[in-house]
Amino acid sequence: MIQHLDLSSVDWSRGQFALTAIYHWIFVPLTLGLAFIVAIMESIYVKTGNPEWKKITKFWMTLFGINFAIGVATGIILEFEFGTNWSNYSWFVGDIFGAPLAIEGIMAFFLESTFVAVMFFGWNKTSKKFHLTATWLTAIGANLSALWILVANAWMQYPVGMRFNPDTARNEMMNFWSVLFSPIAITKFLHTVTSAYALAAIFVIGVSAWLLLKKRESSFAKKSMLVAGVFGLLSIIFVIWNGDRSAYQIAQKQPMKLAAMENLYEGKKPSGMVVIGITTTDKKYNDTKNDFIVKIEIPKLLSFLSFRRVDAYVPGVKDLIEGNNEYGIISAKEKIERGKVAINTLKEYKEAKKANDTAKTKLLAMKFDENTTVGQEFLNNNFRYFGYGYLNSPDQLIPNIPFTFYSFRIMVGLGFYFLVFFILVVIFTYKNKIENKKGFLWLAIITIPLAYLASEAGWIVAEIGRQPWAIQNLLPNIAAASRIDATSVQITFFLFLVLFTALLIAELKILTRQIKLGPKDGGTK
Amino acid sequence: MFENLSLLTLQEYWWILVSLLAAILVFLMFVQGGQTLLYTLGKDESERKMLVNTLGRKWEFTFTTLVTFGGAFFASFPLFYSTSFGGAYWVWMAILFSFVIQAIAYEYRTKPNNFLGQRTYETFLFINGALGTILIGTAVATFFTGSGFKVDKMNLTDIISDKLPVISTWEGPAHGLEAVLNFQNVALGLAVFFLARVLGILYFMNTIDSKAIFARSKKHLLYNTIPFLVFFLFFVIRLLFIDGFTVDPTTKVVSMEAFKYLHNLMAMPIVLILFLIGVVLVLFGILKSILKESTNGIWFAGLGTVITVFALFMLAGFNHTSYYPSTADLQSSLTIENSSSSHFTLTAMSYVSLLVPFVLAYIFYAWRAINNKKIDAAEMEGDSHTY
Repeated sequence: MIQHLDLSSVDWSRGQFALTAIYHWIFVPLTLGLAFIVAIMESIYVKTGNPEWKKITKFWMTLFGINFAIGVATGIILEFEFGTNWSNYSWFVGDIFGAPLAIEGIMAFFLESTFVAVMFFGWNKTSKKFHLTATWLTAIGANLSALWILVANAWMQYPVGMRFNPDTARNEMMNFWSVLFSPIAITKFLHTVTSAYALAAIFVIGVSAWLLLKKRESSFAKKSMLVAGVFGLLSIIFVIWNGDRSAYQIAQKQPMKLAAMENLYEGKKPSGMVVIGITTTDKKYNDTKNDFIVKIEIPKLLSFLSFRRVDAYVPGVKDLIEGNNEYGIISAKEKIERGKVAINTLKEYKEAKKANDTAKTKLLAMKFDENTTVGQEFLNNNFRYFGYGYLNSPDQLIPNIPFTFYSFRIMVGLGFYFLVFFILVVIFTYKNKIENKKGFLWLAIITIPLAYLASEAGWIVAEIGRQPWAIQNLLPNIAAASRIDATSVQITFFLFLVLFTALLIAELKILTRQIKLGPKDGGTK
Repeated sequence: MFENLSLLTLQEYWWILVSLLAAILVFLMFVQGGQTLLYTLGKDESERKMLVNTLGRKWEFTFTTLVTFGGAFFASFPLFYSTSFGGAYWVWMAILFSFVIQAIAYEYRTKPNNFLGQRTYETFLFINGALGTILIGTAVATFFTGSGFKVDKMNLTDIISDKLPVISTWEGPAHGLEAVLNFQNVALGLAVFFLARVLGILYFMNTIDSKAIFARSKKHLLYNTIPFLVFFLFFVIRLLFIDGFTVDPTTKVVSMEAFKYLHNLMAMPIVLILFLIGVVLVLFGILKSILKESTNGIWFAGLGTVITVFALFMLAGFNHTSYYPSTADLQSSLTIENSSSSHFTLTAMSYVSLLVPFVLAYIFYAWRAINNKKIDAAEMEGDSHTY
């Protein structure tokens, strides 16, 4: 049994990763989206030659720069944390996971960092067209970096394109394109970046609304709103369409996450979807309490969204833990046993090899070889549950259900609200009536924090919902961590908390001051 | 193309690439060196503004190179990533903290309402410049002197004992900070620190149009060259005399060999020549700038730095040498052979590496576009983006 102190260090490492990722994700969506919005604005400037568009571009570029710096600052930690806090992970899947990180550096970061310098400093040093190209390349670079890191993240949720090598005791890449073009990766990338575009659009609209309320820069604000409104509307339509696809994939590949997202304890056929509800907080998967204190449910909807059939069976937490013979679901206990067999087989193999027992080594090696019958059987019946072998009890497999459930509803609910919001922005701006809609302008300002809330909620659904896995089914976080004492991680956790909070306050203060200064006076770029 | 190469050739190719990235990183740390000289070379706000701004146009290159170095090392030698980062936790965390505070310091330094105040952001730049260079140098020195860790892949199968099933474990509680107890490690750290300052000064002389700053730079170039040479020569001379970690090419058993790095130099004359050319170029760049009114010393010293650091990494990893040796358990020492990614991954990544010349080309183009005119006080007052 793993000692309490060791587990505490794993929990602190999880906390630290969550903290740094949450902070990083405060800044990244705005960078991803605002980069394109600024590029569109500058394109209009270059095309029309109208200096007002240059003023618009420069103002938003100033805000982009302030936000970009802190995004860079908070991002470097994440890359290295895979090594510092998750050293076993770095070896066990480094052969696959390291590649996207390296490509991100070579392909995306240099593009972004080279041309962001031209974007800021090149106004009077380069031609208009070269400057515009630099602005677009900055946006493309930022989004390419999102592609590679999300490919890496998607691979953790749905590992593909590799095989386990017992000699090196790690997973090794067999097909690069399977990793890159995994359907989960494509969906994750598109869903994430388009949600970032929507957030950036809301930011631009909210800030412009404030200027209109202050009766400043009317033309500037309305033009900004129109660009952001159209950009945001197209983005949110895509987010919603793609979000459905994402949830469908979760149903196929991560049924426990789906059950957590839906607070679904008992599997049902057909299964309705709870639009809104209050969960029973002390509910256990094996007690008889109701899942919800109160709920509003649409019949059959969850079955349809999850499996595209209105009468489909959707498994609940209890089915996934205790098993369900009728639907061919293996119990968690059984998976844990099978996983332990897989780990012990690896141990036997290593021992046989160390003892130079050639016959036994050869025999055991066949179990890890998919080209042999015994290998297919072992890989399918045991190795696919390798990670379960590190767990001691089935309830370790259940993520924080209320947290996942509410986060999912916040994300989806706000997503639909943003759709309506963008439609209204486009209509009001197009009809040139937005200036008079005081209430709506206030709503636009309030919508800014809601966009951040939705964005973070999406991250929570994706990451909390898949616990305890670092790599789905292959490596739980307790087997992925480094062996560091909990105190060290606690110290760095609080250092990050203090530092990032101070930097966030600094960013907010600088941003708000720049907004108050407005494009005419404060646009220093 | 790459798929036909042997695993060893790919491992060597990737060691060369990682070494090249490390070498470029050390050159680009002129940004860090420059950050420690803001108040030494800038006597008023206008001068400091020029110093900060000329560095501010380049800091992201250093930062990005560090991140890419990390990513490339992870992709090509994941066991190093797993062992060093997970073990020498405090050293790496301290380095990372210093880069976090750098990343916002430029943009936020003179912005109104910046919460922490201009001096705090300048202190951040100083901390990054001093701590970042010294610790990176110290960490790299352990490539020659070793660290206390053990690697046992069998640990992954341990589901019975009361410990986490961790493959790479660090001996001792200091988690990497013990490296500063070895003066040879610290000497390289200090050599990198003073080299970064030398390069920073040369960069200022090249990019700022100010006679006062130029004159001060020239004076401080000498002051920083002397300690750089003292620490660098101490490190190098000692390196030639210490026992090194050699790997038997057949059995892969690691053992200690007297004068190992001297032997490596003799066995790889090309590395010896590179090393000498690098050192001469650095010295030439410095002397040229001290003795004449030269502004292009940075290019000689910069190229020399890249070549010298590259040669040092060749010494660490080639000729059957453990590049990340373990003093706690010799057989846990990492070599380019036992710590690399698979043939498939190295092949795939090698194709990606073909992008590097393209990346270098556009960096060069953009660098020239931005640096085609020297920074002067008038530009700082104008309507341009300034830090």
